[in-house]
Amino acid sequence: MKINMPRWFYQLASPKWSYDIMGMLLPWFAIAAGLLLTGGIVWGLAFAPTDANQGNSYRIIYIHVPAAILAQSCFMLMALAGGIGMVWKMKVAHIVAKSAAPIGASMTVIALATGAIWGKPTWGAWWVWDARLTSMLILLFLYLGIMALYSAFENKASGDQAAAILTLVGLVNIPIIKYSVEWWNTLHQPASFTLTKKPAMPPEMWMPLLVMVLGYYCFFGFLLMARTRLELLERENKSSWVIAVINEKI
Amino acid sequence: MGYFNSFSEFLDMGGHALYVWLSYAITLGIFILNLLSLWFKKRAFFKLAKRQTKREQRSL
Repeated sequence: MKINMPRWFYQLASPKWSYDIMGMLLPWFAIAAGLLLTGGIVWGLAFAPTDANQGNSYRIIYIHVPAAILAQSCFMLMALAGGIGMVWKMKVAHIVAKSAAPIGASMTVIALATGAIWGKPTWGAWWVWDARLTSMLILLFLYLGIMALYSAFENKASGDQAAAILTLVGLVNIPIIKYSVEWWNTLHQPASFTLTKKPAMPPEMWMPLLVMVLGYYCFFGFLLMARTRLELLERENKSSWVIAVINEKI
Repeated sequence: MGYFNSFSEFLDMGGHALYVWLSYAITLGIFILNLLSLWFKKRAFFKLAKRQTKREQRSL
């Protein structure tokens, strides 16, 4: 069976084309991330009103929720990239998945750490073994396992394959995280943002949160493209375009 | 400033200073670690590439 994909899809398979296009996009993502994150933090910390029940500890939401959202989208992106890499034998797709893994893991650590700190004044405990927290901890272990697989193989292509399979299997954890607050009794509050319903917070509270979510995504885009470009250079270091890049730099 | 009446009130976070500032510090730290690891990776690659290019030029 042969599926014809649009032209840009095949262009993405070219390491040099991907390297160049990401190099062009990179500075814009960095600028957007800097502006959105600075603006969002000042807005959320100093200008948003205090929560009637939780007081000012609720301000942790502005760094906690975006990290948790990104930790999950990053995993879905890795599954998509790994799947494309396996079906079309596309090396660039595997490199994107590999570059995303440590960023996703670090976002999961932020979500878990800030969640624990937020839990102490709100629930009276740093950690409870409830469904949402446990499934997020499993997400962290999946990330660490995937990162270990990438580096465990002498042959990079085998590592790519193994890690992509673990990512696709681990994908089952994502709906569990999402619905954990509905399926089980939990201390954790339901989603802050949904596509269908209005947020439960007033706009003065959720608007800075939206800015922070966008800022996190831009920061992620910047980091992902920068890491992917470096990985492309490392894997293609024998090809003429990489030698040209190196000669230009030194 | 903003929602708070004074800067010291802002720092105090209504008694939740420890929780709020600790979370923000950890998050900032992890963001910086991400940038640093990128920077070290980049430096290591070009350092190695430079050495290899020199070796190849000498062997020609």
